[in-house]
Amino acid sequence: MSTDQNILVKLNDAGLQLNNRWLVKGVSLQVEKGKIVTLIGPNGSGKSTTAKIALGIYKKIDGSVEKYTHKVGYVPQKISIDWTLPLRVNDFMVLTESLNKETIDEALSLTGVIHLKNKNLGDLSGGEFQRVLLARAISKKPELLVLDEPVQGVDFTGEIALYELIKKISDELSCGILLISHDLHTVMTATDHVVCLNGHVCCSGSPMDVAKNNEYKALFGEQASQILSRYEHKHDHIHTDEGEIKKN
Amino acid sequence: MFDDFFIRALVAGIGVAFVTGPLGCFVIWRRLSYFGDTLAHSALLGVTLAFTMEFNIALSVFIISSLIALILIQLQKKTNLPGDALLGLLAHSSLAVGLVVIGFLTFIRFDIMGLLFGDILAVSVDDLLIIWIGGALILLVLKLIWKPLFASTVNYELAEAEGLNPDRAKAIFTILMAAIIAISIKMVGLLLITGMLIIPAAMARNLSSSPQSMVIYSIIGGLLSVIIGLLTSLEFNTSSGPSIITAALLLFILSLFKIKQSIKLKN
Repeated sequence: MSTDQNILVKLNDAGLQLNNRWLVKGVSLQVEKGKIVTLIGPNGSGKSTTAKIALGIYKKIDGSVEKYTHKVGYVPQKISIDWTLPLRVNDFMVLTESLNKETIDEALSLTGVIHLKNKNLGDLSGGEFQRVLLARAISKKPELLVLDEPVQGVDFTGEIALYELIKKISDELSCGILLISHDLHTVMTATDHVVCLNGHVCCSGSPMDVAKNNEYKALFGEQASQILSRYEHKHDHIHTDEGEIKKN
Repeated sequence: MFDDFFIRALVAGIGVAFVTGPLGCFVIWRRLSYFGDTLAHSALLGVTLAFTMEFNIALSVFIISSLIALILIQLQKKTNLPGDALLGLLAHSSLAVGLVVIGFLTFIRFDIMGLLFGDILAVSVDDLLIIWIGGALILLVLKLIWKPLFASTVNYELAEAEGLNPDRAKAIFTILMAAIIAISIKMVGLLLITGMLIIPAAMARNLSSSPQSMVIYSIIGGLLSVIIGLLTSLEFNTSSGPSIITAALLLFILSLFKIKQSIKLKN
């Protein structure tokens, strides 16, 4: 049901040129309600740039972006918090939108960091901070979530649980998700549409289609395409944040 | 009640402290101390202009400072010079031009020391009105742009991505900076205004764990500095600006003991 009303953001032949160098060129994609679109590609292939174009952070772009929602949650790939700012997790949660206590607590519980609520942001570990970033992005119940490497630095069991959470959020809020990930293993099961970037769109389609694509194989190697096919199966259990397994 | 010059100075100083508290926090967070200095230096030009054209001083300073801020933004776009060099260029050249213009204005008796370091004797009832009404306006606008300004201070891209329009907030904040300098120049003097912005906020940073508490401590620090500073100024006949800033410095030094403890606890 891909009627126009379901489209949240649409890139038409979008690209960005900086100092006479194309960071990314000719990207067309769209994110719809309740769908997860994953961008994959090697380092420097323009994944983050594409996400920022979709978010409207870059103004002077080639092509065009059509954005149909203002309720956006963003987890950037890199974020450095300045020490000159006294900022607790709780303050960070209400950075772009005022939320009540229950909403904040619920989001922090979902990503398993409720116990850090009153800690200084600078005192968190990389993985903890990543969970806080994700909690902040989902707490405002966005229509569009842009997640740039959302689980970097998170331990392995946590990683799986967070991906399950992302999938669940996409279903429950029926929000569209633009996901960037290096991790071909875990991502693919939940993804509806994969866009493989390498400075341009090298191939796109369902995870299966992309896995069979020759350009994809050339970029990631034969093994990667096997990973994709191997993970095409149904999950019968979920992993909680404590690392326990719960049957569905 | 406002017949007594000291009461006037005190009421003026308290009004200034309420505004410099929160603005000073942003000056520290956004690393704008030198920017504040540049605007303050350019204020001298505003003052001389006010005298030549027989114009309101605060308004004239506000206009000139805003103009300098605009010129700075243009220079940043059009030249390859680093930001601090441009700030230095504007700060010192506008101060120099201001002083040269004063040299020509032989028909007016100028109290340069008063301009540079503040003069509590000079605060009139009109100035009180400007400080309190202008200050209230500044605080109101700051409250309105707080969310986008603070969010973009933490992370520009997050604010931009989630639709908060940080560029507009930044432009408005620049105007607020020009405004606070305009209303506090008589009180603190143009060489020390940035001190009034930074030092209480720096003290507050040592005591606080959240942005809100830093703002509150910064206001309290400013109020204490003004009261202690003005009392000293009255007692020892020192300039009001340096006395207030010295009081602020003492409070900052006291706050260092607090931070020492919390760092010890951490280790």
